[in-house]
Amino acid sequence: MVLNNPGQAGGTREQDLISCVQRGQHELFYELVRPYERRVYAAALAILRNEHDAEDAAQEAMLKAFANIRQFRAEARFSTWLIQITVNEALMRRRRERTVPMEGLDDRRDEESEYAPRDFADWREIPSESLERKEVRQRLAEALATLDQKYRQVFVLRDMEHLNIQETAEALGITVASVKTRLLRARLMLRDLLAAGWEQGWFSRLPFEKGNKPW
Amino acid sequence: MWREVSNYVDGEVDAALRPAMEEHFRTCERCASVLAGTRNVVALYGDERMLEVPAGFSRRLEKRLAKNAAVKGSGWSSWSAWLVPVAAMALIAGSVLLTNSLAFKNFVKSQHALPGNNIPPDMQVVVSSGSKVFHVAGCPFIHDKATERTITAKEAMQDGYVPCTRCLRQYLKTGLTGQPGDENGSAEAKEEQEEVLSTAGH
Repeated sequence: MVLNNPGQAGGTREQDLISCVQRGQHELFYELVRPYERRVYAAALAILRNEHDAEDAAQEAMLKAFANIRQFRAEARFSTWLIQITVNEALMRRRRERTVPMEGLDDRRDEESEYAPRDFADWREIPSESLERKEVRQRLAEALATLDQKYRQVFVLRDMEHLNIQETAEALGITVASVKTRLLRARLMLRDLLAAGWEQGWFSRLPFEKGNKPW
Repeated sequence: MWREVSNYVDGEVDAALRPAMEEHFRTCERCASVLAGTRNVVALYGDERMLEVPAGFSRRLEKRLAKNAAVKGSGWSSWSAWLVPVAAMALIAGSVLLTNSLAFKNFVKSQHALPGNNIPPDMQVVVSSGSKVFHVAGCPFIHDKATERTITAKEAMQDGYVPCTRCLRQYLKTGLTGQPGDENGSAEAKEEQEEVLSTAGH
């Protein structure tokens, strides 16, 4: 599976589709974006957290991509372009709907403060087969949802959407250094959450309830 | 050590540093555990199975895209259908064509929509779901009042909303929504209309 660049697998087909839509065959647009719908939704959800809002933002982003398809240039990756539009749409909605101030300069200090990973006596590798179980996917999604916004969105774009560091930085309008710092923090926090979950039996109870976070 | 774990997993550690790190992971249990855990995180979350969408997501997306294409399609065909008999209609459709080739804004709008002119950017306006038009609070033409939100005119326009042709009429660029006596609905507007038509024809 070509995770890093799904467009690559069917690159020519995708380019053909783009040209057709650009020339007015609008009915082909859905076929063009369909391989990316899950990534678009995940990007919106990473920022908005609420499923309903994320779905609406994902749809709106697709409509905007459609409206602007003629501006898409072949040198860019279509998936990245689409995700960039989605991130813009989701960030705009979040700004509009929140009265609390946006993250500011203070965050830098916070990011630079040390985060020490926990010690786990009984650490084991979690086999990817476990993802077949909906319950496990659910646990992972829940752990991700506990992360702070700024860590979560970097993590989703980089590790789930497979944008590179530079693309992640551009999509979120932050520096490469910030992406790296936040990514490290996000991964370590998730590692601690998952390890704690594993130690405590994974499926018995949610191991990281409020006030009981391992960090 | 673990500060570099993330870069190590991504293969972005300096080549000179890498052997030393490998050696350390062999001997330090704690760092090895952090490394294994980080790899686990990257592998598990990076799996496509983690990208789930709600039930019915694809169907709803397809429907919305189809609906949009239909709206857009009718806008384009009416452009030619109304060209000769109703110049005003043609201008509006023509401006849709023009603005479509510009940017995100002015997207998904009714054929009656026109860009605003000199709208104070900080003016508080109301938007709601199901329509890309913004209004003055209390305007009787607001769709789906249950979903009303107040934002600034600048945000509304950035988001592709266009001013309501009723409550924000004084800010509309031309008088083509056209009431007799409208200060712009005269010779000047006709000139602009012709200009747009000839541009749209290219």
